[in-house]
Amino acid sequence: MYDVLIIGAGVIGCAVARQIAQYEGKVAVLDKAGDVSEGASKANSGIVHAGYDATPGSEKARLNVKGAAMYPQLCRQLGLPYGQPGALVLAFDEADRAAIQALEAQSRVNEVAGCRVIERDEVLAMEPNVNPAVVCALHVPTSGLVSPYELTHALANAAAAGGVEFQLETEVTGIEQIEGGWALHTNRGVLYTRAFVNCAGVYGGVLHNMISTRPVRIIPRRGQYYLLDRDEHLPFGMTMFQVPTKMGKGVLISPTTHGNLLIGPTAEDIEDGGDVTTTADGLADVLSKAALTWPDISTRSVITNFSGIRAHEAGGDFIIGTVEGAGEGAFEAIGIESPGLTAAPAIGEELGTWVAYFLQLPKKRYMRDVPPMPKAFSHMSPGEREAAYLKDPEYGRIVCRCETVTEAEVRQAIRQPVGARTLDGVKRRTRAGMGRCQGGFCSPRVVQILCEELGMKPEEVTKFGGGSWLLAGTLDSMGTEDGSHGE
Amino acid sequence: MANEHTQVDILVVGAGPAGLAAAISAKEAGIERIVVLEREDFQGGILRQCIHNGFGLHRFKVELTGPEYAQRDIDRAAELGIDIRTGVTVLEVSDDRRVTAISQQGGLQVFEAGAVILAMGCRERSRGALAIPGTRCAGIFSAGTAQRYVNLEGYMPGRRVVILGSGDIGLIMARRMTLQGAKVLACVELMPYSSGLNRNIVQCLQDYDIPLLLSHTVTDIHGRERLTGVTVSQVDENRRPIPGTEQHFDCDTLLLSVGLIPENELSQGAGVELSAATSGAVVDNTLQTNVPGIFACGNVLHVHDLVDHVSNEASVAGRAAAAYVRGKAWQGRSLPVMDGAGVRGTVPQRIILPEVPVDFTIDLMFRPINVYRNHYLVVRADDKVLSCKKHMILTPGEMAVAPMNEKMLEQCRDAQAVTVEISEEKVS
Repeated sequence: MYDVLIIGAGVIGCAVARQIAQYEGKVAVLDKAGDVSEGASKANSGIVHAGYDATPGSEKARLNVKGAAMYPQLCRQLGLPYGQPGALVLAFDEADRAAIQALEAQSRVNEVAGCRVIERDEVLAMEPNVNPAVVCALHVPTSGLVSPYELTHALANAAAAGGVEFQLETEVTGIEQIEGGWALHTNRGVLYTRAFVNCAGVYGGVLHNMISTRPVRIIPRRGQYYLLDRDEHLPFGMTMFQVPTKMGKGVLISPTTHGNLLIGPTAEDIEDGGDVTTTADGLADVLSKAALTWPDISTRSVITNFSGIRAHEAGGDFIIGTVEGAGEGAFEAIGIESPGLTAAPAIGEELGTWVAYFLQLPKKRYMRDVPPMPKAFSHMSPGEREAAYLKDPEYGRIVCRCETVTEAEVRQAIRQPVGARTLDGVKRRTRAGMGRCQGGFCSPRVVQILCEELGMKPEEVTKFGGGSWLLAGTLDSMGTEDGSHGE
Repeated sequence: MANEHTQVDILVVGAGPAGLAAAISAKEAGIERIVVLEREDFQGGILRQCIHNGFGLHRFKVELTGPEYAQRDIDRAAELGIDIRTGVTVLEVSDDRRVTAISQQGGLQVFEAGAVILAMGCRERSRGALAIPGTRCAGIFSAGTAQRYVNLEGYMPGRRVVILGSGDIGLIMARRMTLQGAKVLACVELMPYSSGLNRNIVQCLQDYDIPLLLSHTVTDIHGRERLTGVTVSQVDENRRPIPGTEQHFDCDTLLLSVGLIPENELSQGAGVELSAATSGAVVDNTLQTNVPGIFACGNVLHVHDLVDHVSNEASVAGRAAAAYVRGKAWQGRSLPVMDGAGVRGTVPQRIILPEVPVDFTIDLMFRPINVYRNHYLVVRADDKVLSCKKHMILTPGEMAVAPMNEKMLEQCRDAQAVTVEISEEKVS
């Protein structure tokens, strides 16, 4: 019998798990995907929002501001890059100006420090590539940046180091109340637990509706993005927002923590929460909307496009706490769309503590310090590179030339507590394959290293688990039926 | 060991065909301290995986496979005792020719070089750069990556294949995958003409009855985990898909052969000026960049079709770097070379005309921007026509060459610019 099962290994599930790891107890995180961070957490804008635009009094507003304040220290602890370049919300006409002024007023209600309306000249002095038709802007000095999947991996590793199990490729198909707890039916059998936490992202509504007397509707809202190559001279230093609409914060242009430029997202309500396709119309929409912010927009240095799915709850706010109308020990954090990434540390802390308190789990007397994620070779100074090499000569072998990722880092990514098992898993943990050649050169080498570390054959390596095989088989296997992929 | 500062005369980045030929010619010109750094564990660059034949016809007058062609240079370099270090990745080249590299054996190393020759080659354009919509499933490979899996690793990327783009690597892989038992359903090309060599279209597609769909492109990608199919549409003259022309192919593999991009990140770090037309360095006829003592050659300078041309170009860079190290760099007036009608990306972009009588020739190399039949290739010095030569065909798929001999160069003495253009009419 588990004390706690957490359903969903996204940023919320992993933040909750890291919090609960401070307590004694048998805890596991379940996810239907083959890795952590495979849902909304892997594909979003990566913005740590300041909190000026959430409706005052909402859970979104409260947890946004609380979460944002936790970020600098959290990222330091976890060893993650965190940036706080600030943001501008751009107004292009007088209606926009009114909206911007309302946001400024709202920022004060939400207790977001430092937001102020600045006029055209000041906007263009700060960001010369902004459309000169800009009228004014809200300057948000505390807007930050984080890599959402790197954060999720770091939280997962910290939780696992604290004793939390991760059971991947484990899909919850039914929830049943039993004496003293719950039975979770999965594709891998039944798991028994005293309490569970539904952090299942776009699938959170389905799980909620299995047990709650008050049904919810989680609408998968797809967002398509363009990612541009790293550049020392990006056109924008801050995150550029347009005036928010009822569908969300609109199309933004933002640097990332790794110096890429991100443009997007669209906001399309779709049926299938797993449908991360990009469409010609959606991508064209991103460019045409972004052109308002950046008239000289250029796709010359585009390295990829992708879609992410937000879990939009029809009521518009986060739903966090005990599941209404279900028995004791059923918890959830659902409808976690923007600013969900920003709020994640606060949600993890509050919900994790709540669950531990409910179960009367004693706090661990002794918590082993979880070492921070090692600094990426590409971010190291020459002295740090030298030191890393002397400790592990595999820092001397560059596997990914575009992002300067070393063999030592690829092996570490596989050996982490919640380690990479797939090509995409290595990519999100190390950035190998994330650069301008998109894995053209490094993927054969990464496949080899995965095989060496995990005792797999190349034809068993997948892009992201399941049926996403990479290689059909050896040359000799063609035309035979020896278990190779394909026909 | 670590942080060792090594003084060298010439440092060559890359031991592919360009780097090897450059190092060989510099050594033959009498330069002693030459170091070649190669990030892979083997010399020869991309030729190692090009196991088909057709290499060396121009340079060696014999048809070789890629590895055989490379071996000739590898052997010659060994014979000359050139210091070639594999498994070493260059991290940075500075504008004063300090080269920082790292390797598993040697750790971080810094070289101070009299001259640097950039010979890093190119990379393949990826799906992302094309913004093809659809799912992000497994089964989409650039053609060169697939070639590596098949020819070096011994693995098949898939069994039912569509190829997007008719670049040479894609065409070669159509044949290779077919010979290995896969079914290649079609080669789909956005343009109304192929960007590959004609001999490859005949020998790799037509000989195997693989259809070449010109003015078509992939407009959707299907399959949540592994690729299950692609949608192919015809495009109009503006390369936009025509609604209603969609056809579906069931396939598990999509190979992309949609262009090569010179890999100039190190060059940019050194402050080397790049050309928007070639994505390679802007160079003079000695293949020197705007940064004194830094030279570029091969596919990092501009993408070639034939390795023979790469080697010849690299020899020019090797000799020029040797002269530079000896303090005998070319001096003279710099004359710009301009792209005229129908011409894009002429290399070199500048000609240095010495004060003394000209005793050298130059090949002006470029890509026609369209297919031209029975047109004239014209070289002018300002308004003066220096040469006008009829070509049966000029196509973007094959690099065109306009040679300039001593006499033509002498005629440029007082000119403001040299222009290369393609003309329908004979001009004089």
